[in-house]
Amino acid sequence: MKYVDEFREPEKAAALSQHITKLCHELKKPLKIMEVCGGHTHAIFKYGIQDILPRSLEFIHGPGCPVCVMPKGRLDDAIAISQNHQVILATFGDTMRVPGSRTNLLQAKATGADIRMVYSPLDSLQIARENPDKEIVFFALGFETTAPSTAFTILQAAAENITNFSMFSNHVLVIPAIQQLLESPDLQVDGFIGPGHVSMVIGTDPYHFIAQTYHKPVVISGFEPLDILQSIWMLLLQLTQNRCQVENQYHRLVHPEGNTIALQAINQVFAVRKNFNWRGLGDIPNSGLKIRPEYAQFDAEIKFTLPNLQVADHKACQCGEILKGVLKPWQCKVFATACTPETPLGTCMVSSEGACAAYYKYGRFAQTNHRQKLDHGHG
Amino acid sequence: MLQEDHFFNKYYTTYLTMSFPSHQPNQLKDTHITLAHGSGGKAMGDLIKHIFVNSFDNPILSLLEDQATLNLANLTQQGDRLAFTTDSYVVDPLFFPGSDIGELAINGTINDLAVSGAKPLYLSCGVILEEGLPVDTLRRVVTSMKLAAQKAKVQIITGDTKVVHRGAADKLFINTTGIGVISPGINISAHNIQVGDAVIINGELGNHGAAILIARGELALETNIESDCQPLHYLVEHILNVCPQVHAMRDATRGGLATVLNEFALTSHVGIRLYEEFIPVRQEVQGICEILGLDPLYLANEGKLVVVVASDHAENVLSAMKSHPGGKNACVIGEVIASPPGLVLLKTAFGTERILDMLVGEQLPRIC
Repeated sequence: MKYVDEFREPEKAAALSQHITKLCHELKKPLKIMEVCGGHTHAIFKYGIQDILPRSLEFIHGPGCPVCVMPKGRLDDAIAISQNHQVILATFGDTMRVPGSRTNLLQAKATGADIRMVYSPLDSLQIARENPDKEIVFFALGFETTAPSTAFTILQAAAENITNFSMFSNHVLVIPAIQQLLESPDLQVDGFIGPGHVSMVIGTDPYHFIAQTYHKPVVISGFEPLDILQSIWMLLLQLTQNRCQVENQYHRLVHPEGNTIALQAINQVFAVRKNFNWRGLGDIPNSGLKIRPEYAQFDAEIKFTLPNLQVADHKACQCGEILKGVLKPWQCKVFATACTPETPLGTCMVSSEGACAAYYKYGRFAQTNHRQKLDHGHG
Repeated sequence: MLQEDHFFNKYYTTYLTMSFPSHQPNQLKDTHITLAHGSGGKAMGDLIKHIFVNSFDNPILSLLEDQATLNLANLTQQGDRLAFTTDSYVVDPLFFPGSDIGELAINGTINDLAVSGAKPLYLSCGVILEEGLPVDTLRRVVTSMKLAAQKAKVQIITGDTKVVHRGAADKLFINTTGIGVISPGINISAHNIQVGDAVIINGELGNHGAAILIARGELALETNIESDCQPLHYLVEHILNVCPQVHAMRDATRGGLATVLNEFALTSHVGIRLYEEFIPVRQEVQGICEILGLDPLYLANEGKLVVVVASDHAENVLSAMKSHPGGKNACVIGEVIASPPGLVLLKTAFGTERILDMLVGEQLPRIC
C-alpha cells in the first residue's frame, strides 16, 4: 500500500537497527528514551520494535495517551450528563471503557443513556441537526491533535446557530505535561521522541526549552516503524556527538511553525485553564483547554450542572509512576492481576495506546526475558 | 458443481433486481408487517404460506405440522453421527455489498456444521419481525435464503414467525438451526491439534467486517469491498476427500482469525505462530484498518475456513483448497508450536514477534 509499505520495509529496518546498535555500543551505557505519545507506544509494541534494538536501550512510555490521563471525576461528569433524558452524548470509541469512579460509558449506555460513538466531532453536529428536540453533548478529549477539529465544530455550530449542541471539553496540552515530568526529580530520560501529530499542529518551536533548559535532545517522529527507528538513530547521533537539539524526522507532515489555521481555531475557541487534573500525574498548571466565554452557549460545563468532583485514583493503581517512567507496567503491583484490559483499575490499561494495555496485549511473552533482566538490575 | 454455482449466482442477481408486484394472485396484499401477522390468525397463515412456504418449497415444510419429522434410516445411511448447531442473525444493515442477512443466516449455520466435517442437510428458520417492516423487505430476505439454501443443497423444513411492537426489535432478526451428518472416520476437533501442525486459511481476511463498516455509512468512505459470505461445506468435502485426517477446522466469523486461533491454542494447550507476511488481506481492507486503527485479523468473515492439519498433509490440503473456487487464494499462514501454550504469536515482517491476543470487547477505533 502506497505511503505505508515504504515505511515498513524490513531491509531498511534491519539496516537502521544495525546503525542504532553501533551507536549504543559507542555510548557504552544504558539509555532511556521516552516516547511521549501513546501512538508511538502502540506502534512500538505492534511492530515489536524493542525486539530489534539492543538491550541497553529502554523505552519509557510517556503521558501522551489522552484517554489514559483522563481523571475519574471527569468521566463521572460525562456520565452524569448522559443520565439526562434529553441528552445524546457523543464521543470517540476508545473513551467508552475508561473507568469512572463507579461505572463507565459503556455500562451507562447499557443502562439506558443515549451514548453514540462518532469518528469526528462534526458527526456529533450532524446528530444535533437531525435531533432538534434533543440536546447533543460532545465529550471532547485529546491533545492538540484533536483540539482543532473540536474548535472547528464549535465555529460551525456558531455559524449555523445550532442551539441544541454543546461540548464537554477535556482537551489537554502536551508541553506543560512534559515540563512537569522534566521537573520531577525521579525522571531518568536521556532523550525524547516527540509526538508527530501534536507537532503537526503546534510545530517544532515549543519544544526548544527541552533542549535549551533541560539539555535533553528531542526528535519529532512519525508513527511508522521506520519513522520510529530513524528517530531513535537521530537521537543517538545527537548523544554521541554531544549535541542537544530539537530535530524533525516527520518533516513530511510537521512544519516548524505548525498549522497556523488550526492554531488560530484553537485560540479563537479555547482558553487555557489555570489548572487541570491528570490521572496519575495530579494537577498540572496551564495544561487544559476550556471554551472561551464568547462561545459559552456551546460549553456543557455551563449548560449543565456537573458533580465536578475530584476523585482519587485507586489506591493500588500505580499509573502515575508508569506515566513518569519510574515503574515499568509489569512492575505495578496489580498489573495483569487485579488490573487487566477486561477490568482496568487504571486508565493505562484501557486504551490500546496505554503503556499497560500495550504490554498486556503485545508484550507479555516476548518481554519475559527482558523483564527479568531489568528487574534484576542487568538492564 | 462449478456450473451450478454460476447458475445460482446469475439467477440470484437477476431475481433480486426483479420487482414484486403486489396485485398478483397468490401474493400477500399487505405492504407492511402488522401485529396481525404474528397473531396466529388468517393474516399469519397468509404470511407463512405466501412468503415462507412458497419460497422454501419442500415436501416436509409443506405439511405445515408443528414439527418436521425426519426419516432416521435416511440419516444413518449417510453417516454415523449428527451435527447440530444454532445461530442468530441480527446484522445491521440487512443488505450490504456482497450479501444480506438472509444468505448469511443460511451460510452461517451451514458453515458451523461444515467445520465438523458434517454434510449439512436440514435447517429451521425462526424470524422475529418488527411491526412496520415492509413486506417487500421480508420477501427479499426470504428469497435470498431460498437461493442460498438451493445453492447449498439444504432444505428449510420447519420455522416460526413472531411479530413484535415497533421498537422492540430492529427490523428483522433470524435464527437458523441446522442438522448435518458426519461420515464414519471423520473426527475434527480443536482438541486434536498437535505440535508441528500447519495452519491454512482459504483466502483474504476481513472482507465481511470491512463491508459492514462501510455499509453502515458512518465513515463516508467508498470502496468496492464485498462480504465474503459463502457456504464452506463443498470446500470442506473437497479437503476431506484428499485428507480425512484433518485435525481441526473452524470458520473465522466474529472476532476474526485471531479469535479462532486463540481458542485453538487454549483448547489444545499449544502455541500458534503466525507469519504476518503470509496472511492475505486485501489492500482496501488494510487501508480501512489503517485509517481507523483496527486490525484485520480481528475483523469478521463469513466464508473463511481455518484448517489445522499435520504438516505432512499440508501440501495436499493446500493444493486441494486452491483447486476449489471457495479456496483459490488459500495459503499456509502459520504453525503449531509447543511453547508458549495457550498463546498466539505473530511473527512480524521485521522478524520481531508479538502476542496476538483475544479481543477485549469490541474493537474500538483510536482517536489519534
